[in-house]
Amino acid sequence: MSAPLGKDLLGLEHLSAGQITLILDTAEPLREISERAIKKVPTLRGATVVNLFFEASTRTRISFEFAEKRLSADTVNVATAASSVTKGETLVDTAKNLEAMRIDMVVIRHGSSGAARFLAERIESNVINAGDGTHEHPTQGLLDLLTLRQRFGTLEGKRVCIVGDVLHSRVARSNIWGLTKLGAEVAVCGPRSLLPSAIADFGVQVFDRVEQAIEWADALNVLRLQLERMTAGYIPSLREYNRVFGVTRERLDRAPRDLLIMHPGPMNRGVEIDSEVADGPHSVILDQVTNGVAVRMAVLYLLAGNAPALAEAAKGGNR
Amino acid sequence: MSTAPTIVLNARALERTVARMADEIVEQADGTESLVLVGIQRRGVQLAERVAKVIAAREQVTVPRGALDITLYRDDLQTVGPRPIVGKTDIPCAIDGKTVCIVDDVLYTGRTIRAALDELADFGRPARIMLAVLVDRGGRELPIHADVVGRTVDVPRGGRVDVGVVEIDGCDEVTLVLAGEAT
Repeated sequence: MSAPLGKDLLGLEHLSAGQITLILDTAEPLREISERAIKKVPTLRGATVVNLFFEASTRTRISFEFAEKRLSADTVNVATAASSVTKGETLVDTAKNLEAMRIDMVVIRHGSSGAARFLAERIESNVINAGDGTHEHPTQGLLDLLTLRQRFGTLEGKRVCIVGDVLHSRVARSNIWGLTKLGAEVAVCGPRSLLPSAIADFGVQVFDRVEQAIEWADALNVLRLQLERMTAGYIPSLREYNRVFGVTRERLDRAPRDLLIMHPGPMNRGVEIDSEVADGPHSVILDQVTNGVAVRMAVLYLLAGNAPALAEAAKGGNR
Repeated sequence: MSTAPTIVLNARALERTVARMADEIVEQADGTESLVLVGIQRRGVQLAERVAKVIAAREQVTVPRGALDITLYRDDLQTVGPRPIVGKTDIPCAIDGKTVCIVDDVLYTGRTIRAALDELADFGRPARIMLAVLVDRGGRELPIHADVVGRTVDVPRGGRVDVGVVEIDGCDEVTLVLAGEAT
Protein backbone atom coordinates (compact mmCIF):
# COMPACT_ATOMS: atom_id res chain seq x y z
CA MET A 1 0.00 0.00 0.00
CA SER A 2 1.50 3.32 -0.99
CA ALA A 3 1.64 6.34 1.26
CA PRO A 4 -1.23 8.79 0.96
CA LEU A 5 -0.51 12.14 -0.63
CA GLY A 6 -0.91 14.49 2.29
CA LYS A 7 -2.53 17.91 2.11
CA ASP A 8 -1.12 19.44 -1.07
CA LEU A 9 0.32 18.66 -4.46
CA LEU A 10 3.14 21.14 -4.97
CA GLY A 11 5.51 19.23 -7.23
CA LEU A 12 6.80 15.81 -8.14
CA GLU A 13 10.26 16.40 -6.62
CA HIS A 14 9.17 15.41 -3.13
CA LEU A 15 6.78 12.60 -4.04
CA SER A 16 7.85 8.97 -3.83
CA ALA A 17 7.56 6.56 -6.76
CA GLY A 18 4.75 4.90 -4.79
CA GLN A 19 2.80 8.13 -4.44
CA ILE A 20 3.17 8.93 -8.14
CA THR A 21 2.05 5.41 -9.03
CA LEU A 22 -0.97 5.79 -6.73
CA ILE A 23 -2.03 8.92 -8.65
CA LEU A 24 -1.57 7.20 -12.03
CA ASP A 25 -3.39 4.04 -10.87
CA THR A 26 -6.27 6.20 -9.64
CA ALA A 27 -6.39 8.24 -12.85
CA GLU A 28 -6.64 5.10 -15.01
CA PRO A 29 -10.20 4.07 -14.00
CA LEU A 30 -11.31 7.72 -13.81
CA ARG A 31 -10.85 8.10 -17.57
CA GLU A 32 -14.03 6.07 -18.03
CA ILE A 33 -16.19 8.74 -16.36
CA SER A 34 -15.53 11.17 -19.22
CA GLU A 35 -16.84 8.55 -21.67
CA ARG A 36 -20.24 8.25 -19.97
CA ALA A 37 -23.41 9.94 -21.17
CA ILE A 38 -23.66 11.54 -17.71
CA LYS A 39 -20.07 12.62 -17.11
CA LYS A 40 -20.36 13.11 -13.39
CA VAL A 41 -19.85 11.21 -10.15
CA PRO A 42 -20.95 12.55 -6.73
CA THR A 43 -17.57 12.13 -5.01
CA LEU A 44 -16.77 15.78 -4.21
CA ARG A 45 -20.34 16.92 -3.72
CA GLY A 46 -20.38 19.92 -1.42
CA ALA A 47 -16.67 20.70 -1.79
CA THR A 48 -15.73 24.14 -3.10
CA VAL A 49 -12.67 24.53 -5.29
CA VAL A 50 -11.19 27.87 -6.28
CA ASN A 51 -9.11 28.07 -9.44
CA LEU A 52 -6.78 30.95 -8.68
CA PHE A 53 -4.98 31.87 -11.88
CA PHE A 54 -2.43 34.67 -11.75
CA GLU A 55 -1.18 33.77 -15.23
CA ALA A 56 -2.97 33.23 -18.49
CA SER A 57 -3.96 29.63 -19.09
CA THR A 58 -6.66 28.08 -21.20
CA ARG A 59 -5.94 24.38 -21.35
CA THR A 60 -4.87 23.80 -17.76
CA ARG A 61 -7.68 25.87 -16.26
CA ILE A 62 -10.35 24.24 -18.41
CA SER A 63 -8.92 20.81 -17.68
CA PHE A 64 -9.02 21.46 -13.92
CA GLU A 65 -12.53 22.83 -14.22
CA PHE A 66 -13.76 19.74 -16.07
CA ALA A 67 -12.07 17.53 -13.49
CA GLU A 68 -13.72 19.42 -10.63
CA LYS A 69 -17.15 19.44 -12.24
CA ARG A 70 -17.02 15.74 -13.15
CA LEU A 71 -16.41 15.02 -9.47
CA SER A 72 -19.39 17.29 -8.56
CA ALA A 73 -17.34 19.96 -6.77
CA ASP A 74 -18.49 23.56 -6.89
CA THR A 75 -15.94 25.70 -8.66
CA VAL A 76 -15.08 29.36 -8.75
CA ASN A 77 -12.59 30.83 -11.18
CA VAL A 78 -10.54 33.80 -10.10
CA ALA A 79 -8.45 35.39 -12.81
CA THR A 80 -6.13 38.19 -11.80
CA ALA A 81 -7.19 40.72 -14.39
CA ALA A 82 -10.68 40.83 -12.88
CA SER A 83 -9.82 40.51 -9.19
CA SER A 84 -8.57 42.56 -6.24
CA VAL A 85 -5.07 41.44 -7.10
CA THR A 86 -4.96 44.32 -9.54
CA LYS A 87 -5.73 46.60 -6.58
CA GLY A 88 -2.57 45.40 -4.82
CA GLU A 89 -3.96 42.67 -2.58
CA THR A 90 -1.32 40.11 -1.62
CA LEU A 91 -1.54 36.45 -2.54
CA VAL A 92 -2.12 35.41 1.08
CA ASP A 93 -4.78 38.08 1.63
CA THR A 94 -6.61 36.91 -1.45
CA ALA A 95 -6.48 33.30 -0.29
CA LYS A 96 -7.43 34.11 3.32
CA ASN A 97 -10.46 36.01 2.07
CA LEU A 98 -11.46 33.05 -0.05
CA GLU A 99 -10.99 30.77 2.94
CA ALA A 100 -13.21 33.02 5.03
CA MET A 101 -15.92 32.11 2.54
CA ARG A 102 -15.29 28.44 3.44
CA ILE A 103 -13.55 26.89 0.49
CA ASP A 104 -11.92 23.46 0.52
CA MET A 105 -9.28 23.47 -2.19
CA VAL A 106 -7.24 25.98 -4.17
CA VAL A 107 -5.73 25.33 -7.58
CA ILE A 108 -3.08 27.97 -8.13
CA ARG A 109 -1.15 29.11 -11.19
CA HIS A 110 1.39 31.82 -10.47
CA GLY A 111 4.35 33.44 -12.21
CA SER A 112 6.63 33.12 -9.19
CA SER A 113 8.44 29.87 -8.42
CA GLY A 114 7.44 28.67 -4.96
CA ALA A 115 4.11 30.52 -4.88
CA ALA A 116 2.13 27.29 -4.41
CA ARG A 117 4.23 26.19 -1.43
CA PHE A 118 4.10 29.69 0.06
CA LEU A 119 0.32 29.54 -0.08
CA ALA A 120 0.05 25.93 1.10
CA GLU A 121 1.98 26.72 4.26
CA ARG A 122 -0.39 29.56 5.11
CA ILE A 123 -3.87 28.25 4.45
CA GLU A 124 -5.76 25.19 5.62
CA SER A 125 -7.28 24.30 2.28
CA ASN A 126 -5.67 21.73 0.02
CA VAL A 127 -3.42 23.44 -2.51
CA ILE A 128 -2.72 22.09 -5.98
CA ASN A 129 0.07 23.65 -7.99
CA ALA A 130 -1.07 24.33 -11.55
CA GLY A 131 2.30 25.82 -12.48
CA ASP A 132 4.54 28.13 -10.45
CA GLY A 133 7.11 30.19 -12.32
CA THR A 134 9.84 27.97 -13.74
CA HIS A 135 9.59 25.55 -10.79
CA GLU A 136 7.04 22.78 -11.41
CA HIS A 137 3.79 21.91 -13.14
CA PRO A 138 3.07 18.60 -11.44
CA THR A 139 -0.24 17.69 -13.06
CA GLN A 140 1.30 18.19 -16.51
CA GLY A 141 4.17 15.91 -15.47
CA LEU A 142 1.67 13.33 -14.21
CA LEU A 143 -0.42 13.36 -17.38
CA ASP A 144 2.75 12.92 -19.43
CA LEU A 145 3.70 9.94 -17.25
CA LEU A 146 0.22 8.44 -17.62
CA THR A 147 0.30 8.84 -21.40
CA LEU A 148 3.71 7.18 -21.63
CA ARG A 149 2.73 4.39 -19.26
CA GLN A 150 -0.38 3.60 -21.30
CA ARG A 151 1.67 3.27 -24.46
CA PHE A 152 4.70 1.51 -23.01
CA GLY A 153 3.09 -0.48 -20.17
CA THR A 154 5.94 0.57 -17.90
CA LEU A 155 8.37 3.47 -17.77
CA GLU A 156 11.19 1.29 -16.46
CA GLY A 157 14.15 1.62 -18.83
CA LYS A 158 12.25 3.73 -21.38
CA ARG A 159 14.13 6.63 -22.91
CA VAL A 160 12.44 10.00 -22.94
CA CYS A 161 14.04 13.13 -24.34
CA ILE A 162 12.71 16.59 -23.54
CA VAL A 163 13.38 18.90 -26.46
CA GLY A 164 13.47 22.68 -26.33
CA ASP A 165 13.47 25.46 -23.78
CA VAL A 166 14.27 23.42 -20.68
CA LEU A 167 15.67 26.48 -18.90
CA HIS A 168 12.32 28.22 -18.51
CA SER A 169 10.16 25.10 -18.40
CA ARG A 170 8.34 23.94 -15.29
CA VAL A 171 6.93 21.15 -17.44
CA ALA A 172 10.48 19.91 -18.05
CA ARG A 173 11.28 19.94 -14.34
CA SER A 174 8.18 18.01 -13.33
CA ASN A 175 8.83 15.54 -16.14
CA ILE A 176 12.44 14.98 -15.13
CA TRP A 177 11.50 14.32 -11.49
CA GLY A 178 8.60 12.03 -12.36
CA LEU A 179 10.31 10.08 -15.12
CA THR A 180 13.48 9.39 -13.15
CA LYS A 181 11.49 8.29 -10.09
CA LEU A 182 9.58 5.78 -12.20
CA GLY A 183 12.76 4.37 -13.67
CA ALA A 184 12.88 5.99 -17.10
CA GLU A 185 16.09 7.29 -18.66
CA VAL A 186 15.84 11.00 -19.33
CA ALA A 187 17.68 13.29 -21.72
CA VAL A 188 17.29 16.91 -22.71
CA CYS A 189 18.05 18.50 -26.05
CA GLY A 190 18.11 22.17 -26.99
CA PRO A 191 20.34 25.15 -27.58
CA ARG A 192 22.81 25.53 -24.71
CA SER A 193 21.39 29.00 -24.11
CA LEU A 194 18.06 27.34 -23.21
CA LEU A 195 19.41 24.55 -20.99
CA PRO A 196 20.08 25.16 -17.27
CA SER A 197 23.84 25.39 -16.62
CA ALA A 198 23.52 22.81 -13.82
CA ILE A 199 21.49 20.40 -15.97
CA ALA A 200 23.89 17.54 -15.19
CA ASP A 201 22.80 17.72 -11.53
CA PHE A 202 19.40 16.41 -12.60
CA GLY A 203 21.09 13.18 -13.71
CA VAL A 204 20.01 13.53 -17.32
CA GLN A 205 21.88 13.19 -20.59
CA VAL A 206 22.32 16.20 -22.82
CA PHE A 207 22.11 16.14 -26.61
CA ASP A 208 23.20 19.17 -28.60
CA ARG A 209 21.67 17.87 -31.81
CA VAL A 210 18.05 16.81 -32.16
CA GLU A 211 19.14 14.03 -34.55
CA GLN A 212 21.07 12.39 -31.70
CA ALA A 213 18.04 12.68 -29.44
CA ILE A 214 15.82 11.06 -32.07
CA GLU A 215 18.28 8.22 -32.52
CA TRP A 216 18.44 7.58 -28.77
CA ALA A 217 14.86 8.05 -27.55
CA ASP A 218 11.63 6.02 -27.33
CA ALA A 219 9.62 9.20 -26.87
CA LEU A 220 10.14 12.91 -27.39
CA ASN A 221 8.45 15.51 -25.23
CA VAL A 222 8.64 18.63 -27.38
CA LEU A 223 8.37 21.85 -25.37
CA ARG A 224 6.72 25.02 -26.52
CA LEU A 225 9.21 27.68 -27.56
CA GLN A 226 8.07 30.88 -25.89
CA LEU A 227 8.19 33.38 -28.72
CA GLU A 228 9.52 36.09 -26.42
CA ARG A 229 12.74 34.07 -26.05
CA MET A 230 13.77 35.33 -29.45
CA THR A 231 13.44 39.00 -28.56
CA ALA A 232 15.31 38.26 -25.31
CA GLY A 233 18.25 36.98 -27.37
CA TYR A 234 18.22 33.29 -26.41
CA ILE A 235 17.87 32.19 -30.02
CA PRO A 236 18.74 33.98 -33.25
CA SER A 237 15.37 33.44 -35.00
CA LEU A 238 12.40 31.09 -35.08
CA ARG A 239 13.38 29.84 -38.51
CA GLU A 240 16.89 29.11 -37.30
CA TYR A 241 15.47 27.28 -34.29
CA ASN A 242 13.24 25.16 -36.52
CA ARG A 243 16.13 24.40 -38.85
CA VAL A 244 18.33 23.07 -36.02
CA PHE A 245 15.91 21.79 -33.34
CA GLY A 246 12.56 21.41 -35.09
CA VAL A 247 11.01 17.95 -34.85
CA THR A 248 10.25 17.22 -38.50
CA ARG A 249 8.99 14.28 -40.53
CA GLU A 250 12.35 14.00 -42.35
CA ARG A 251 14.25 13.74 -39.09
CA LEU A 252 11.85 11.16 -37.63
CA ASP A 253 11.97 9.08 -40.82
CA ARG A 254 15.63 8.45 -40.13
CA ALA A 255 14.96 7.18 -36.60
CA PRO A 256 15.81 3.54 -35.89
CA ARG A 257 12.36 3.02 -34.27
CA ASP A 258 8.97 4.72 -34.02
CA LEU A 259 9.00 7.48 -31.45
CA LEU A 260 6.06 8.66 -29.42
CA ILE A 261 5.62 12.38 -29.83
CA MET A 262 4.32 14.48 -26.96
CA HIS A 263 3.79 18.22 -26.57
CA PRO A 264 2.27 20.03 -23.58
CA GLY A 265 0.69 22.68 -25.83
CA PRO A 266 -0.03 25.18 -27.08
CA MET A 267 2.04 24.27 -30.13
CA ASN A 268 3.95 26.61 -32.42
CA ARG A 269 3.49 24.58 -35.58
CA GLY A 270 6.47 24.97 -37.85
CA VAL A 271 8.74 26.13 -35.03
CA GLU A 272 9.45 23.39 -32.45
CA ILE A 273 7.24 20.82 -34.18
CA ASP A 274 6.00 20.36 -37.74
CA SER A 275 2.31 19.86 -38.42
CA GLU A 276 2.98 16.53 -40.11
CA VAL A 277 4.51 15.26 -36.88
CA ALA A 278 1.97 16.84 -34.54
CA ASP A 279 -0.89 15.26 -36.48
CA GLY A 280 1.01 12.10 -37.38
CA PRO A 281 0.38 8.50 -36.36
CA HIS A 282 2.87 8.57 -33.48
CA SER A 283 1.59 11.76 -31.90
CA VAL A 284 -0.11 11.26 -28.53
CA ILE A 285 -0.70 14.97 -28.01
CA LEU A 286 -4.48 14.69 -27.80
CA ASP A 287 -4.21 11.62 -25.52
CA GLN A 288 -2.24 13.88 -23.19
CA VAL A 289 -5.15 16.32 -23.11
CA THR A 290 -7.65 13.52 -22.38
CA ASN A 291 -5.39 12.11 -19.67
CA GLY A 292 -5.05 15.58 -18.17
CA VAL A 293 -8.65 15.56 -16.99
CA ALA A 294 -8.30 12.06 -15.47
CA VAL A 295 -5.04 12.89 -13.69
CA ARG A 296 -6.52 16.07 -12.21
CA MET A 297 -9.59 14.15 -11.08
CA ALA A 298 -7.28 11.65 -9.39
CA VAL A 299 -5.36 14.40 -7.59
CA LEU A 300 -8.56 16.12 -6.45
CA TYR A 301 -9.97 12.81 -5.23
CA LEU A 302 -6.82 11.79 -3.37
CA LEU A 303 -6.25 15.17 -1.71
CA ALA A 304 -9.84 16.05 -0.77
CA GLY A 305 -10.55 15.47 2.87
CA ASN A 306 -6.89 14.79 3.54
CA ALA A 307 -6.33 18.19 5.06
CA PRO A 308 -6.87 18.20 8.84
CA ALA A 309 -3.67 16.85 10.41
CA LEU A 310 -1.29 18.53 8.03
CA ALA A 311 -3.25 21.74 8.08
CA GLU A 312 -2.87 21.82 11.86
CA ALA A 313 0.86 21.36 11.51
CA ALA A 314 1.07 24.08 8.89
CA LYS A 315 -0.84 26.48 11.10
CA GLY A 316 1.35 25.69 14.09
CA GLY A 317 4.50 26.30 12.10
CA ASN A 318 3.21 29.65 11.03
CA ARG A 319 2.67 31.09 14.49
CA MET B 1 -7.54 -20.08 22.51
CA SER B 2 -9.11 -18.98 19.27
CA THR B 3 -10.90 -21.44 17.06
CA ALA B 4 -10.60 -21.69 13.30
CA PRO B 5 -13.19 -19.95 11.11
CA THR B 6 -16.21 -22.02 10.08
CA ILE B 7 -16.42 -22.97 6.44
CA VAL B 8 -19.86 -22.03 5.13
CA LEU B 9 -19.25 -23.11 1.54
CA ASN B 10 -16.30 -25.01 0.15
CA ALA B 11 -15.34 -24.88 -3.52
CA ARG B 12 -17.78 -27.62 -4.61
CA ALA B 13 -20.65 -26.18 -2.62
CA LEU B 14 -19.92 -22.71 -3.93
CA GLU B 15 -20.06 -24.00 -7.50
CA ARG B 16 -23.45 -25.63 -6.88
CA THR B 17 -24.77 -22.50 -5.19
CA VAL B 18 -23.69 -20.27 -8.07
CA ALA B 19 -25.32 -22.68 -10.54
CA ARG B 20 -28.60 -22.48 -8.66
CA MET B 21 -28.34 -18.69 -8.46
CA ALA B 22 -27.82 -18.56 -12.23
CA ASP B 23 -31.01 -20.60 -12.75
CA GLU B 24 -32.97 -18.35 -10.42
CA ILE B 25 -31.67 -15.21 -12.11
CA VAL B 26 -32.78 -16.46 -15.53
CA GLU B 27 -36.11 -17.57 -14.13
CA GLN B 28 -36.82 -14.26 -12.42
CA ALA B 29 -35.61 -12.25 -15.43
CA ASP B 30 -38.01 -14.18 -17.69
CA GLY B 31 -35.16 -15.53 -19.80
CA THR B 32 -31.91 -14.07 -20.98
CA GLU B 33 -33.11 -11.81 -23.76
CA SER B 34 -32.77 -8.48 -21.99
CA LEU B 35 -30.54 -9.65 -19.14
CA VAL B 36 -27.31 -7.82 -18.30
CA LEU B 37 -25.11 -9.01 -15.41
CA VAL B 38 -23.19 -6.36 -13.51
CA GLY B 39 -20.67 -7.48 -10.91
CA ILE B 40 -19.52 -5.19 -8.13
CA GLN B 41 -15.78 -4.75 -7.68
CA ARG B 42 -14.18 -6.83 -6.40
CA ARG B 43 -15.33 -10.48 -6.20
CA GLY B 44 -18.81 -9.59 -7.44
CA VAL B 45 -17.17 -9.28 -10.86
CA GLN B 46 -15.78 -12.81 -10.66
CA LEU B 47 -19.08 -14.18 -9.38
CA ALA B 48 -20.92 -12.51 -12.29
CA GLU B 49 -18.44 -14.20 -14.59
CA ARG B 50 -19.30 -17.61 -13.07
CA VAL B 51 -23.01 -16.95 -13.34
CA ALA B 52 -22.54 -16.01 -17.01
CA LYS B 53 -20.66 -19.27 -17.61
CA VAL B 54 -23.48 -21.33 -16.13
CA ILE B 55 -26.05 -19.44 -18.20
CA ALA B 56 -23.93 -19.93 -21.34
CA ALA B 57 -23.78 -23.68 -20.70
CA ARG B 58 -27.50 -24.08 -20.04
CA GLU B 59 -29.04 -21.55 -22.38
CA GLN B 60 -26.41 -21.36 -25.13
CA VAL B 61 -26.35 -17.56 -24.94
CA THR B 62 -23.69 -15.12 -23.90
CA VAL B 63 -25.21 -12.65 -21.49
CA PRO B 64 -23.51 -9.23 -21.55
CA ARG B 65 -21.77 -8.45 -18.30
CA GLY B 66 -20.08 -5.44 -16.82
CA ALA B 67 -18.18 -4.33 -13.78
CA LEU B 68 -19.12 -1.58 -11.37
CA ASP B 69 -16.75 0.11 -8.94
CA ILE B 70 -18.83 2.05 -6.45
CA THR B 71 -15.97 3.80 -4.61
CA LEU B 72 -16.78 7.25 -6.02
CA TYR B 73 -20.43 6.83 -4.91
CA ARG B 74 -19.73 5.79 -1.32
CA ASP B 75 -21.53 7.73 1.40
CA ASP B 76 -18.64 7.50 3.84
CA LEU B 77 -15.79 9.03 1.81
CA GLN B 78 -15.51 11.94 4.24
CA THR B 79 -14.85 9.60 7.16
CA VAL B 80 -12.95 6.54 5.94
CA GLY B 81 -9.47 8.03 6.24
CA PRO B 82 -7.02 7.37 3.39
CA ARG B 83 -8.79 7.39 0.08
CA PRO B 84 -9.93 3.94 -1.05
CA ILE B 85 -8.41 2.62 -4.26
CA VAL B 86 -10.68 3.22 -7.24
CA GLY B 87 -11.34 0.18 -9.40
CA LYS B 88 -12.49 -0.18 -12.95
CA THR B 89 -16.05 0.45 -14.03
CA ASP B 90 -17.00 -1.05 -17.37
CA ILE B 91 -20.58 -1.16 -18.56
CA PRO B 92 -20.26 -2.71 -22.01
CA CYS B 93 -23.69 -1.94 -23.44
CA ALA B 94 -26.61 0.44 -23.11
CA ILE B 95 -28.73 -0.57 -20.13
CA ASP B 96 -31.87 1.37 -21.04
CA GLY B 97 -34.87 -0.94 -20.97
CA LYS B 98 -32.75 -3.92 -19.89
CA THR B 99 -33.06 -6.19 -16.88
CA VAL B 100 -29.86 -5.50 -14.98
CA CYS B 101 -28.84 -8.03 -12.37
CA ILE B 102 -26.33 -6.70 -9.85
CA VAL B 103 -24.09 -9.48 -8.53
CA ASP B 104 -22.15 -9.11 -5.29
CA ASP B 105 -20.47 -11.39 -2.79
CA VAL B 106 -21.91 -10.34 0.57
CA LEU B 107 -25.02 -8.30 1.33
CA TYR B 108 -24.68 -6.60 4.72
CA THR B 109 -25.68 -2.97 5.41
CA GLY B 110 -26.98 -2.41 1.89
CA ARG B 111 -24.89 0.73 1.45
CA THR B 112 -22.82 -0.74 -1.38
CA ILE B 113 -26.01 -1.60 -3.26
CA ARG B 114 -27.39 1.91 -2.65
CA ALA B 115 -24.22 3.29 -4.24
CA ALA B 116 -24.48 0.80 -7.11
CA LEU B 117 -28.07 1.83 -7.82
CA ASP B 118 -27.03 5.48 -7.96
CA GLU B 119 -24.14 4.69 -10.28
CA LEU B 120 -26.29 2.55 -12.60
CA ALA B 121 -28.77 5.42 -12.86
CA ASP B 122 -25.95 7.50 -14.39
CA PHE B 123 -25.62 4.95 -17.17
CA GLY B 124 -29.28 4.75 -18.13
CA ARG B 125 -32.72 3.65 -17.10
CA PRO B 126 -33.07 -0.14 -16.93
CA ALA B 127 -36.56 -1.62 -17.08
CA ARG B 128 -35.68 -3.48 -13.91
CA ILE B 129 -32.75 -3.89 -11.56
CA MET B 130 -32.35 -7.17 -9.66
CA LEU B 131 -29.89 -8.10 -6.95
CA ALA B 132 -28.15 -11.46 -6.59
CA VAL B 133 -25.76 -12.10 -3.70
CA LEU B 134 -23.77 -15.15 -2.74
CA VAL B 135 -24.25 -14.50 0.98
CA ASP B 136 -26.89 -12.50 2.81
CA ARG B 137 -25.57 -11.92 6.30
CA GLY B 138 -28.32 -9.62 7.59
CA GLY B 139 -27.68 -6.31 9.36
CA ARG B 140 -29.32 -4.00 6.84
CA GLU B 141 -29.12 -0.25 7.41
CA LEU B 142 -31.16 0.62 4.31
CA PRO B 143 -34.40 -0.77 2.84
CA ILE B 144 -32.71 -3.10 0.37
CA HIS B 145 -33.26 -6.79 -0.22
CA ALA B 146 -31.80 -9.37 -2.56
CA ASP B 147 -33.88 -11.17 -5.21
CA VAL B 148 -31.54 -14.13 -5.41
CA VAL B 149 -29.56 -15.34 -2.39
CA GLY B 150 -26.95 -18.10 -2.43
CA ARG B 151 -26.83 -18.66 1.30
CA THR B 152 -28.23 -16.85 4.32
CA VAL B 153 -25.77 -16.74 7.20
CA ASP B 154 -26.51 -15.68 10.75
CA VAL B 155 -23.51 -13.70 11.88
CA PRO B 156 -23.11 -13.10 15.62
CA ARG B 157 -22.03 -9.64 16.79
CA GLY B 158 -18.43 -8.86 15.84
CA GLY B 159 -18.25 -11.65 13.29
CA ARG B 160 -17.87 -11.39 9.56
CA VAL B 161 -18.24 -13.42 6.38
CA ASP B 162 -15.23 -13.76 4.07
CA VAL B 163 -15.74 -14.75 0.46
CA GLY B 164 -12.75 -16.02 -1.43
CA VAL B 165 -12.64 -16.53 -5.18
CA VAL B 166 -9.86 -18.39 -6.89
CA GLU B 167 -8.98 -15.45 -9.21
CA ILE B 168 -8.19 -13.12 -6.30
CA ASP B 169 -7.73 -15.26 -3.20
CA GLY B 170 -6.37 -18.50 -4.60
CA CYS B 171 -9.37 -20.61 -3.62
CA ASP B 172 -13.16 -20.60 -3.74
CA GLU B 173 -14.47 -20.53 -0.20
CA VAL B 174 -16.97 -18.80 2.06
CA THR B 175 -16.03 -18.67 5.74
CA LEU B 176 -17.66 -17.32 8.88
CA VAL B 177 -15.12 -15.61 11.11
CA LEU B 178 -16.26 -15.00 14.69
CA ALA B 179 -14.99 -12.17 16.89
CA GLY B 180 -11.52 -12.96 18.16
CA GLU B 181 -10.89 -15.72 15.66
CA ALA B 182 -7.72 -15.75 13.64
CA THR B 183 -8.03 -15.73 9.86
